[in-house]
Amino acid sequence: MSTTVNIPPQFEIVDRPLDTQMTISMGPQHPSTHGVLRLELVLDGEMVVKATPDIGYLHTGMEKLFEYKKYQQGIVITDRMDYLNPLGNNLAYVMAVEKLLELEIPERAQTIRVLTCELQRIASHLVWLGTHALDIGAMTVFFYCFREREKILNLIEAASGGRLTPSYFRIGGLMMDLPAGFERRVQQFQDGFLKSVDEFHTLLTGNRIFQKRTQDVGRITAEDAIDWGLSGPCLRGSGVNLDIRRANPYTGYETYDFEVPVEQDCDVWARYMVRMREMKESHKIVTQALSRLRPGPVKADAPKVVLPDREAMKTHMDALIHHFLIVAEGFDVPAGEVYHPIEASKGELGVYVKSDGGPKPSRVHFRGPSFVNLSALPHMSEGAMVADIVAIIGSLDIVLGEIDR
Amino acid sequence: MTTGANNEGNLSEPATNLDQKSTPSQLVTALQREHAHWVTEVIEAYGEVTAVVPRLHIVDVCVDLKSGVDTKFDFLADICGADRGVEEEPRFEVNYHLFSTTKHHRLRLKVELHEADAHVPTVTGVWRTANWHERETFDLFGIVFDGHPDLRRILLPDDWQGHALRKDFPLRGYEPYSLK
Repeated sequence: MSTTVNIPPQFEIVDRPLDTQMTISMGPQHPSTHGVLRLELVLDGEMVVKATPDIGYLHTGMEKLFEYKKYQQGIVITDRMDYLNPLGNNLAYVMAVEKLLELEIPERAQTIRVLTCELQRIASHLVWLGTHALDIGAMTVFFYCFREREKILNLIEAASGGRLTPSYFRIGGLMMDLPAGFERRVQQFQDGFLKSVDEFHTLLTGNRIFQKRTQDVGRITAEDAIDWGLSGPCLRGSGVNLDIRRANPYTGYETYDFEVPVEQDCDVWARYMVRMREMKESHKIVTQALSRLRPGPVKADAPKVVLPDREAMKTHMDALIHHFLIVAEGFDVPAGEVYHPIEASKGELGVYVKSDGGPKPSRVHFRGPSFVNLSALPHMSEGAMVADIVAIIGSLDIVLGEIDR
Repeated sequence: MTTGANNEGNLSEPATNLDQKSTPSQLVTALQREHAHWVTEVIEAYGEVTAVVPRLHIVDVCVDLKSGVDTKFDFLADICGADRGVEEEPRFEVNYHLFSTTKHHRLRLKVELHEADAHVPTVTGVWRTANWHERETFDLFGIVFDGHPDLRRILLPDDWQGHALRKDFPLRGYEPYSLK
């Protein structure tokens, strides 16, 4: 019996592209495209020759809408961009306007902003982790992630009244102070969370299928990552130590003690590890912010911009007048333009606000991290398998609401 | 698999010499000294520096700022257009937000464009990330980036009429849009 097998020539494995390339459309209803993203894939067998993202299915003209709304009305629009990290969007927008108004934000409001934003970052990463694992085929992780995320959404609801669209931050501070017992509830979440992260690690990190699906997949070198404008965990997964919270600190992040996780592997696995470690760092920041909460005002002392307290309105004529004017006419913002970047859960979220002096902005532009990260997908998916595309999209952590705006 | 804060061999080191590095306004002044016609105006406001660049030189300025030892603006954060108003002249502007991953400083370049000739050379040759930003600006403002490898609409459908973020485009559009 001979061990050699004669392979007929038509089945021979050859290192040249087949004559017939196939173009298929992946999405916009494909579940692993995280929304309505369409990819035009040129395939050679199962290998991707070219992947071209086609976006815009969720375009609702938000940037146009800003120009027709007063500054304070714009906050609710920001919620609907990156709907997994609405507080980050709120923060970037209100901070850009505050920069134009040159407002001083009280200490307590700053601390609460950091506290809630880091909780939101954990929630956003939990959705990423659950859906990323689900795309690759691990279903259990999804349920555990959403269980933890539910706790955070309940906390955000307690503070702001909204779960997905909190609009909690206002130009000049917060909508209102934290409710009674909030610190205790955050502490309860904090106590259980680290154990949950370890659970996620046992489910995925040691899982050989998960490792095979993610390691050496979707590689992008540090130079390419910078050239393509990647930011956030995607950039840090390529070995670049860059975090806007450290590079251009805002809301007092320079005073918090946390590490910036960086991985050198440049692949889907590295981006996975960065986000897993980031959740623990955010947990650390929340603990520090909790210990810093001191009683104090949560709104800036700017009666012409910040709505007065309910009680003051009932007793003070000027407070009533200011309230009426802010609601009915808005407030004038000095002419000028600013670009304010923050480290959102997905990367650099920059807000460009241009004012010509009136109560409505002349131009608002959002530099969404998902938009830029997705633009590098064709580069990362060259030569990958179709199934890898799913892993790569998952590792980019895109939200189409922010991409299409 | 090491932590970034103390990791050697990362592309960016923790910024230690903060007091020694030059500010963006000094960098722009140096650039202006070297090439007087590259920067027509420097605006400093709200802690941000804006350099107004004639569109002829935008690519030269970007290449210079990207490769300069002190400038090192290797990261293009954003490109966005703006419409100053139908009456204004020059009507359009294109803002380039530059960032340095090593020096951590930021700079805005601004190119002013007239409506009749809303063309600007592409910077996709300098940073590949400019590709989608320029497509978006083309889509929403109708500003043409000469030399762009793939200048198509990106957010709106290919057969859309007009440019949605222009000030004379009505908020609700011209008529109910239906896909043909």
